[in-house]
Amino acid sequence: MAKMNMLQAINNALDLAMAKDSTVVCFGEDVGHFGGVFRATSKLQEKYGKDRCFNTPLTEQGIAGFANGMASQGMKPVAEIQFADYIFPAFDQIVNETAKFRYRSGNEFNVGGLVFRTPYGGGIAGGHYHSQSPEAYFAHTPGLKIAVPRDPYQAKGLLLASIASEDPVIFFEPKKLYRASTGEVPEEYYEIPLGVAEVMQEGKDVTVLAWGAQIEICQKAIEMAQAQGISCELIDLRSILPWDVETVVKSVTKTGRLVINHEAPLTGGFAGEIAATIQQRCFLHLESPIARVCGLDTPYPLALEREYVADHLKTFEAIVASVKF
Amino acid sequence: MTNPNNATISTVHTAEFTSGHALQIPTLRILQDDGTIYPGAVAPELDKETALKMYHSMSFIRVLDERMLAAQRQGRISFYMQCLGEEAATVGSAAALDDKDMIMAQYREQGALRYRGFSLEQFMNQLFSNEKDLGKGRQMPVHYGSKDIYYMTISSPLGTQIPQAAGYAYAQKLRGLSNVTICYFGEGAASEGDFHAGLNMAAVHKAPVLFFCRNNGYAISTPANEQFKGDGIACRAVGYGMKAIRVDGADILAVYQATKMAREYALETNEPVLLESIAYRLGAHSSSDDPSGYRSKEEEEQWRKNDPISRFRLWLLAKGWLDDEADKAQIEALRAEILDALKVAEKVAKPGIEHLISDVYAEPIPELERQLAELKAHIRKYPDAYPITSGRMS
Repeated sequence: MAKMNMLQAINNALDLAMAKDSTVVCFGEDVGHFGGVFRATSKLQEKYGKDRCFNTPLTEQGIAGFANGMASQGMKPVAEIQFADYIFPAFDQIVNETAKFRYRSGNEFNVGGLVFRTPYGGGIAGGHYHSQSPEAYFAHTPGLKIAVPRDPYQAKGLLLASIASEDPVIFFEPKKLYRASTGEVPEEYYEIPLGVAEVMQEGKDVTVLAWGAQIEICQKAIEMAQAQGISCELIDLRSILPWDVETVVKSVTKTGRLVINHEAPLTGGFAGEIAATIQQRCFLHLESPIARVCGLDTPYPLALEREYVADHLKTFEAIVASVKF
Repeated sequence: MTNPNNATISTVHTAEFTSGHALQIPTLRILQDDGTIYPGAVAPELDKETALKMYHSMSFIRVLDERMLAAQRQGRISFYMQCLGEEAATVGSAAALDDKDMIMAQYREQGALRYRGFSLEQFMNQLFSNEKDLGKGRQMPVHYGSKDIYYMTISSPLGTQIPQAAGYAYAQKLRGLSNVTICYFGEGAASEGDFHAGLNMAAVHKAPVLFFCRNNGYAISTPANEQFKGDGIACRAVGYGMKAIRVDGADILAVYQATKMAREYALETNEPVLLESIAYRLGAHSSSDDPSGYRSKEEEEQWRKNDPISRFRLWLLAKGWLDDEADKAQIEALRAEILDALKVAEKVAKPGIEHLISDVYAEPIPELERQLAELKAHIRKYPDAYPITSGRMS
């Protein structure tokens, strides 16, 4: 075990994947010698050479298309999109190509092994072009897998599983936690399976569900709730697509209440999908309406960021309201 | 025979490639480092008033950048981007335009903005995201914009303004306006798909746009030789059937001359022109960047000698249009003025909570009104957690 922050854990995962498998290649804007603007690919070019870790021209659609091409040839590209806010020029390549490669060819071709790594989310005074959480756009696209880690241990295991996956994965990294989140991480290779949620804390009164950087916000809210005698069960969804319906159903069947928190705006956010599925599966067990604590239906603000975000106080209020309903 | 391919067919009978480096575009230089004009060159016609406005715009930006980068380091603003080394490219091009020509910039063109008349207070209000900011405190520092002075609000995603400039200019043409659009972007942004789409659309639809590429050598850490393999950016214009010119971006007379000529041509023919300014991004990409990780001090020093302001200053001094001592005193006074304005702007309140939901649509939709009401109730319950807005809610 070694103490790592999230960036170091991601860097360590990439290093291990590249050492283990010569078909793993990392690229993106400023990813080469400089090691990426956040330094997630630091020293990889030095170690594995310019053919396997390199800067690309500044074109997200080019990066995504290039990655599709490499992956269809059988290699494992790990392409970085510098900010998730800048992934949209690549939307066509990802939604129409990456996601449908296997399906449209009748499995003649596929892009398994392709991973798009991209920092997402707010909390860095980035305004609307450096703070977005676009997971729901991609969750609406069959053929993609989506994972979001909450801490360094999760980041390493989920990223290694993504690279090993037979299906293409978008790996959203909570940039707010890049250096802020630290923890013990095994130095050896390990995977955390995609599509499996984790019950982080058991409780009996209400299930609180989140992913990525919102987990620590929920933990704060849960502490406040517990001080009032409310017992919360906390689930980290970890994978948005496919998402672990059974784990959430089991929990809500027990608690009868569900509060979902995400950074992205409320309308069309992934919480809506979860709520629809859970009300169908757990209807007779529900004691209160499923609550969503999310960003407002506006672009991500700058000066009024604190007011906008799905913070611990709003989450705490939703937990209390759910229990008192 | 008809020509459905719209390509010249001149037949040969031996297979031969056209070289990828067949086209090399020369760089226009007028003003030498010592402030004299190159032999054989002719200085553009410039009256004293315009020349001094150009000079003062450059000096203003130099001092503002220095001061605001320091303010960022002190934690007074969250982020900053300097124009250092590219003052002549941005000011010289803006000076060659009509005041009602549209400017669609990338984010490092504060020189053009200042030349257009953006006030010190307006700069500060944006940088401090306060309630007087024209953009209502919504964007990161340096994302300026002002309808009054025909300067489109900056968007962070790279290159998105390039096809927009084609459309804006096409609209100017359809409305019969005698104005063009200038569109600034870097050599990195020229790799985006929007660059290729925008140039092609402008050429095909005959839009009077001046595409102004600031080739400053770096896209964050990525040097131009890892960005493209052709001869700069200017040669790409030829591929789209438009005129191109390359200028020394540290030579304000060359930039002015080329832009003026391009503007006249675009207005006359409704055809776009691509200008490429060759300069050097002397500062970091932004306050979040540290160039020591990807380029040498020696390289920076070499380019520092190519200072766009000192060259023009020497020219102005030689013409007797500028007084050395008075100018130095004026720059000192400017420093104090900027600091005063900074102190005022940082005390101005942030935008009120109603601006959390305004401008998402022309009128807030009912769901947003509901979300705001819910948020206000929440803030009233926890006023200490939301100090910016809790004390000022109606």
